[in-house]
Amino acid sequence: MGIPLEIAGLLEGYRKKAFKPSEAVDAFLKTIEAVNPGLNAFLEVRADVARSQARALDAKQPTDGLPLFGVPVAIKDNFLVEGWKATAGSRILEGYVSPYTATSVQRLVDAGAVVIGKTNCDEFAMGSSNENSAFGPCRNPWDPARVPGGSSGGSAAAVAAGCAAISLGTDTGGSIRQPASLCGLVGVKPSYGRVSRYGVVAFASSLDQVGPFGLTTWDAARVLEVMAGHDPHDATSSRREVPRYTAGLASATLKGVRIGYAPAWLEGVEPEVRARFDEALAVLRSEGAVLCEVALPHTKYALSTYYLLAPSEASSNLARYDGVHYGLRSKDARSGEEIYTRTRGRGFGPEVKLRIMLGTYALSAGYYDAYYLRANQVRGLISGDFFGAFGKCDCIVSPTSPTTAFKLGEKTDDPLTMYLSDIFTLPVNLAGLPGLSVPCGLDSKGLPVGLQLIGRAFDEQGLFGLASAYERARGKFPLAGEKR
Amino acid sequence: MSEEIRDKYEAVIGLEVHAQLLTRSKMFCGCENRFGASPNSLICPVCTGQPGALPVVNRRAVELGVRAALAIGGKVHGESVFARKNYFYPDLPKGYQISQYEKPFCTDGALVVRLKSGEERRIGIQRIHFEEDAGKSMHQSAGSFVNLNRAGVPLVEIVTHPDMRNSHEAGQYLRELRTVLRYAGVCDGNMEQGNFRCDANISVRLRGAKTFGTRVELKNINSFRYVEKAIDFEIDRQIESVERGEAVRQQTRLWDSAQGVTQVMREKEEAHDYRYFPEPDLSVLVIDEAWRDRVARDMPELPEAKRRRLMADHQLSAYDAGVLTASRELADYYERVVSTSGNAKASANWVMNELLGRLNAAGKEIEGSPVPDRELAALIRKVDSAEISGKIAKVVFEEMFATGKGADAVVREKGLAQISDSSQLEAAIHKVIADNPAQTQEYRAGKIKLLGFFVGQVMKETRGQANPGMVNELVKKILDR
Repeated sequence: MGIPLEIAGLLEGYRKKAFKPSEAVDAFLKTIEAVNPGLNAFLEVRADVARSQARALDAKQPTDGLPLFGVPVAIKDNFLVEGWKATAGSRILEGYVSPYTATSVQRLVDAGAVVIGKTNCDEFAMGSSNENSAFGPCRNPWDPARVPGGSSGGSAAAVAAGCAAISLGTDTGGSIRQPASLCGLVGVKPSYGRVSRYGVVAFASSLDQVGPFGLTTWDAARVLEVMAGHDPHDATSSRREVPRYTAGLASATLKGVRIGYAPAWLEGVEPEVRARFDEALAVLRSEGAVLCEVALPHTKYALSTYYLLAPSEASSNLARYDGVHYGLRSKDARSGEEIYTRTRGRGFGPEVKLRIMLGTYALSAGYYDAYYLRANQVRGLISGDFFGAFGKCDCIVSPTSPTTAFKLGEKTDDPLTMYLSDIFTLPVNLAGLPGLSVPCGLDSKGLPVGLQLIGRAFDEQGLFGLASAYERARGKFPLAGEKR
Repeated sequence: MSEEIRDKYEAVIGLEVHAQLLTRSKMFCGCENRFGASPNSLICPVCTGQPGALPVVNRRAVELGVRAALAIGGKVHGESVFARKNYFYPDLPKGYQISQYEKPFCTDGALVVRLKSGEERRIGIQRIHFEEDAGKSMHQSAGSFVNLNRAGVPLVEIVTHPDMRNSHEAGQYLRELRTVLRYAGVCDGNMEQGNFRCDANISVRLRGAKTFGTRVELKNINSFRYVEKAIDFEIDRQIESVERGEAVRQQTRLWDSAQGVTQVMREKEEAHDYRYFPEPDLSVLVIDEAWRDRVARDMPELPEAKRRRLMADHQLSAYDAGVLTASRELADYYERVVSTSGNAKASANWVMNELLGRLNAAGKEIEGSPVPDRELAALIRKVDSAEISGKIAKVVFEEMFATGKGADAVVREKGLAQISDSSQLEAAIHKVIADNPAQTQEYRAGKIKLLGFFVGQVMKETRGQANPGMVNELVKKILDR
């Protein structure tokens, strides 16, 4: 039998002894070898390490004790995994080898997952197309002329192309959900504080969250239930108990669930995306959900709010890449000052520099009140909008992104247009809420469209239930390559 | 500069003290907080600013901060906010220092200091906030190196109002603050190791002026000896420049102890914009009332309270009480001597005049005293019970200090016990009378002034061990017979 691509199929195969972890890992490695040269989804693959990890599992019994037994996972290159490189898509971390492992990754490994590679991403997770990677763009398995989305483009492409069963990404303004949408996957941005950020290269600390990509809602739920929960190394991680997200997914229903949507959000959405979204609404309604309109009046300021707050935090978070302690150091620096200016001048790409400058400016004496402080106040209003809306509905839906996958180079000259890719995902990060993207159809070019579900804080369980019920009603979604 | 010119002006001084907290581990990670380990041996991903590392607040550091706040009568805030202070420096691995800015955990405290004139002065304390220390850059011929052992060590920064008017007040404030922090177990106050560091903001203005002059920030004053010197130098420098008709420039200056001058470090224009903003990796610091009250209950008695108590209980002068409370250990030692000996006045004299002098000469602290408190008390009791004379007691003390032996052992081994046996004393007196027939005759003829001579001779005969009162009495009795 062929090796299944989903967690559930893999676990079943191991239980039935149809194949061993080392055989499964070999199959995934073979796929990487075949497709990665065209996709550039992986920045580092350590086949020997993955194989020896898998062989160690061969000797064990697949039990419930290891919920990710023998599951190959791809990790975005802004996570630290001891002994592996961690470039975060940047030249400035070239040569850096992680001295420790991120809590989220450690929990997956402890659950039996096999790290198969580190994936390409926009530099320091800043981007929506993966074109800001210092190591070349990653391509979309559905159409290699197009972007996979970003910033977790490599992690999305890896799963969509069958190079890994699941993958981890980070989402600061949509960096999991938007590529999930563009690559036809389920992608989850959990509530702020749900997953430890320890060991994840920080972009904007108050917005960053770790989350999974999977082919199905069940797979994403399984990964999240393994890695969520308090971490003594992350003071912002929540002490709330983590439910078993996979329990009861099969019987989840849409009946009587109140689902809101904001009509104002739908202006400017690509017609085909709009059509798929409307169809998804129809499916939800036919399954018994009660639809209602919600107003999220301050979310129109989300983009400008985000582009003050995220760069402000980034300007500080990226100060440590100074050429003094680790990573790149300019060899021809003649003074302490030049170590900084030359290393950072050469090590950072243009988008990162742009955001560092924006953030530095917004935090400067005399501008702080007008920019950073005001943006934080607006952030409060946006949270308030959602809080109000959840008084009349249990979940809010929207298209994940206003467009399907666009062509490489199509938006690189115009950052504002590029930023609009995340117009529906940004507000969710600002409010710290959980968001999930689930595929809801293809456009006429055969490119996936994503449906975003937004839940109350820490109601990931509710989101998984709705997404799972919707998935069943929608029917099986094709894999990249199966489409035509 | 003439006193006349100096008197036209008034200096305005505010102090910022960085006090290192006596915690076992660092402010935001589990690395050991210890001075003197080999370079970069006390480090981890957090304090070296590795990608992805995150800070977690050290609860013990917060407790010690609260103690500092209570010790200066400050208001402890239920909620305070950590903030990032952004600047580039090789010994600052994250490119920012985690500190507190708009919302410090403590405000509105004060310390009362005693001046040499005997006056008391209240110095207002604006705020205390938490901060992590930076590492240390070391420049050697082989190149520049960074030691991150100190990076992330917990500090409190204690900022006064501009309430001091001369270097003596500033010096006394620092001494009192250091004593208070040591009492409270917050900081060891070691200036040489950099555990207690002081920056001074200094300006001058014409006496009676309402507005402040341009202020200069003075850094790098790394010993108590230099605090007053540096401030005096800077005040004179500013007065001279105003007298010359030049404006004082807003600068940061460094104290150069080798040359005894202050020198420009940077001009106002070069000042950093630290771009403070709330630290997103940490939530609001909550100090709940119940916990604060528990910390308050565990607070040791502070120097001022101790001084007042000693003055009231033991009739000590303000000066004596001040000397005896210079450290908690010394005060505890003194109080133990009193409670064992039952003689507060003698205990104070022995500790202040004999013990402290010898310790000082030997370069020792009270904790390392070769004479334990119970032995000093035993010595005092021997004097009080007339077992030995006060003069002999000093000899015994010297021996105790030098050898670490107890009072009993020294007195016994050296045969120094006082002779109060009248038959023994009478024998000595008879011998003296027999040896000095001429003086005996003169005395008996009426020259009673010679009594002292006989007493002295008897003391000599008994190597000073005779009970002087008894000798006086017996000599008179026998001669008058």
